[in-house]
Amino acid sequence: MLKDITIGQYFPGKSVVHRLDPRFKIIITAVFIVALFCADNFLGLAVSCVFLTVSFLISEIPLRLMMKSLKPIVPIILFTTVLNLFFLDGVTFFKLGFIKITYEGLETSAFMIIRIIALIMGSSLLTYTTSPITLTDAIERLLAPLSKIKLPVHELAMMMTIALRFIPTLIEETDKIMSAQKARGADMESGGLLQRAKALTPILIPLFVSAFRRAEELALAMECRCYHGGEGRTRLKQLKSGAADYFALGISFIFLDMVIFLNIIFG
Amino acid sequence: MAIIKTENLTYTYSIGTPFQKNAVENVNLEIEEGELVGVIGHTGSGKSTLIQHLNGLLKPTSGKVIIDGQDIWEKGVKLRDIRFKVGLVFQYPEYQIFEETVYKDIAFGPKNMGLDEKEIDRRVNEITELLGLGKENLQKSPFELSGGQKRRVAIAGVMAMEPKVLILDEPTAGLDPKGRDVILNQIKEYHRKTKSTVLLVSHSMEDVAEFATKILVMNKAQVFCYDTPPEVFKRAGELTKIGLSVPQITKVFMALKEKGVDIRTDVYTTEFAVKTVAEYLAKKSLTN
Amino acid sequence: MENIISLENVEFSYPADPDSNEPAKLILKDVSLDIKKGEFVAVLGHNGSGKSTAAKHMNAILVPDKGKVYADGIDTSDENRIFDIRRHVGMVFQNPDNQIVATIVEEDVAFALENMGVEPKEMRQRVDEALKSVGMYEYREHAPHQLSGGQKQRIAIAGIIAMRPDCIVLDEPTAMLDPKGRSEVLKTIRRLNKDYGITIVLITHYMDEAAQADRIVVMDSGKVVMDGVPKDIFSEVELMKSLGLDVPQVTELMYELGKNGFKTDTHIINEEECTEALLKLLK
Repeated sequence: MLKDITIGQYFPGKSVVHRLDPRFKIIITAVFIVALFCADNFLGLAVSCVFLTVSFLISEIPLRLMMKSLKPIVPIILFTTVLNLFFLDGVTFFKLGFIKITYEGLETSAFMIIRIIALIMGSSLLTYTTSPITLTDAIERLLAPLSKIKLPVHELAMMMTIALRFIPTLIEETDKIMSAQKARGADMESGGLLQRAKALTPILIPLFVSAFRRAEELALAMECRCYHGGEGRTRLKQLKSGAADYFALGISFIFLDMVIFLNIIFG
Repeated sequence: MAIIKTENLTYTYSIGTPFQKNAVENVNLEIEEGELVGVIGHTGSGKSTLIQHLNGLLKPTSGKVIIDGQDIWEKGVKLRDIRFKVGLVFQYPEYQIFEETVYKDIAFGPKNMGLDEKEIDRRVNEITELLGLGKENLQKSPFELSGGQKRRVAIAGVMAMEPKVLILDEPTAGLDPKGRDVILNQIKEYHRKTKSTVLLVSHSMEDVAEFATKILVMNKAQVFCYDTPPEVFKRAGELTKIGLSVPQITKVFMALKEKGVDIRTDVYTTEFAVKTVAEYLAKKSLTN
Repeated sequence: MENIISLENVEFSYPADPDSNEPAKLILKDVSLDIKKGEFVAVLGHNGSGKSTAAKHMNAILVPDKGKVYADGIDTSDENRIFDIRRHVGMVFQNPDNQIVATIVEEDVAFALENMGVEPKEMRQRVDEALKSVGMYEYREHAPHQLSGGQKQRIAIAGIIAMRPDCIVLDEPTAMLDPKGRSEVLKTIRRLNKDYGITIVLITHYMDEAAQADRIVVMDSGKVVMDGVPKDIFSEVELMKSLGLDVPQVTELMYELGKNGFKTDTHIINEEECTEALLKLLK
């Protein structure tokens, strides 16, 4: 059912990770990603993973959810593994006919797999612990200085907010229109690709018509509530950063330093 | 024979989650061919879920749905055929219009049935006339029409499939009194002409009381009662108790009875109320 | 009493369709209407009577082609004061879904205040007050799509209340709601009028809602055709029907009884009055 689709993957909770200032969480995630890509040896990678594991444990996010977030990237992992495993030259580890696996191939594959998994888990941790709307809000504020160079930061954030607000409404509407057209005998399950694409018309047109109508009405309602762009706007929710946020950021930098330090020693 | 029959129909949603709930529970219903049934109930009483079972849009968790003697979930039954037999008009049907012309939109259902051009043409023209849509509008874009007209085009699209059973979910929602009366009268006319079975879901007891031959009251996922309007309105007190608003007139006659006037309380139309008052006074002058 | 809104000889038409040869159709023809401070006015009329268009003139969504409109004494054609006008005269629309902007109830209620640049601390206070005034304070952290239609509409009203307007214009706010939602919204509107002294202009198709107003204005083909207290308006049963409108069922009963030779008064618009009248008749 369409209704079961969730937007974003926020997992509500009250852990320290949940409560961190979202702006800091975004920066910390960025620091973590930088560390992952800086690491050029297994030890550095291990240090990054320790950081990830600790954050994960504090966040109280079920392991099952973290695993779920990896599902969509399984093909990418397989692809890079195959690429590295079979096509890297070096000392032979295993050979069967024309297939040759080298020690270098094994090592690089393992390295890449860990890096990708850690990357996805790290960013998932951000989206699991931060609601999409808070995330939008934080991005808007982080990018606020860019509005000085005429980047429409507020407008982009507003668009994002409205999109988040209307996704459930439009999903419900799609469901309804589909049922209604089915009741008129619309056949959406059989036929070739072209036929199926054509069968979407009775759903897409009403959906677009309704989306435009909604947009028009929403614009009017917003104008009636004195909306005039981002200028001079204040916000109900103030993002507050405290000692915990700076502490967490500090720790993330310590880990980054450690990775760089390990690079230098083993480099 | 009953055209619609349900046997212990139960539909549970969100099975296995904390939100698990029966939307309809153990519904046994038999609706005879040719009835005009008013379906009444709160939001969440199960009436919408029930009607979506009657044309196979929802599959029962347990129990049976039998249309025209046929268990619709039996192996080999084509659901599309059931949908042509049981036409369903959703709420705000004008939002499902999509074709370039009124003609094409009305013809969408019949075309899906695989009818030939001539038969489609006959049906579109007939229904256009019945609903007073005006032949001159057939080649117009449906999006140019007024709200009330658009809704009639959408209803016509389902009527043109000439289903044995026509179900309308709140066909008058959001219309002004005039628009409401026009649509209700046309549905009545459709029922009279085609002699098909019509189910009309409504929030307005007044609308339903006027012309339904039977009233189905749903409450808390179950059938509260299914009977003729006079029988249903005899239980006006109970209806008020489950939070349904009975017609103003019924309330007045109930209040009269409470104040000691020995008068019937199953009064639900003005016409009937005038008659009741006249009868009461005639009887009184006779005894005096 | 002071006028909060006044329409003076307003004429209005939407721009003609450039593709068609038909001239622009006059939607409002010489409409004059004064709404007094603290009043609860219901506006009736069938679709296309011009009532929605008239409402949109009340907070400068539309400005008249001819004539003048004053909202809280401000000429609505003065573009510099458009936000002043909108702050004083709020507007609630038919579809509750299409007027909620934010993904969390309290943030939506704060939307207008954020636009007005109100300080966060004061904003918090005004948002909480507004939510309490519509009885939705417990739902402040919910997502709009988890609410019923009636609840969503009350949130939309709270979003207007937060601006502390003098007047709220509601354009068929109950048309898409079920009976429960309708009665919730109507109760809220009445409370805002009685307890908070907010002027209410309610556009509706439901006669039972109009019957609760202090005054009813009936529009037909772009003109005000009737204006008076509900009892007087509804007692004109035949005129109302000819305008495509209803009267309460009890009024209709009185009228029908009268037609059948019984001595009755059609100045009856609610069940209690009707019961009393029938008691007298039957005794």
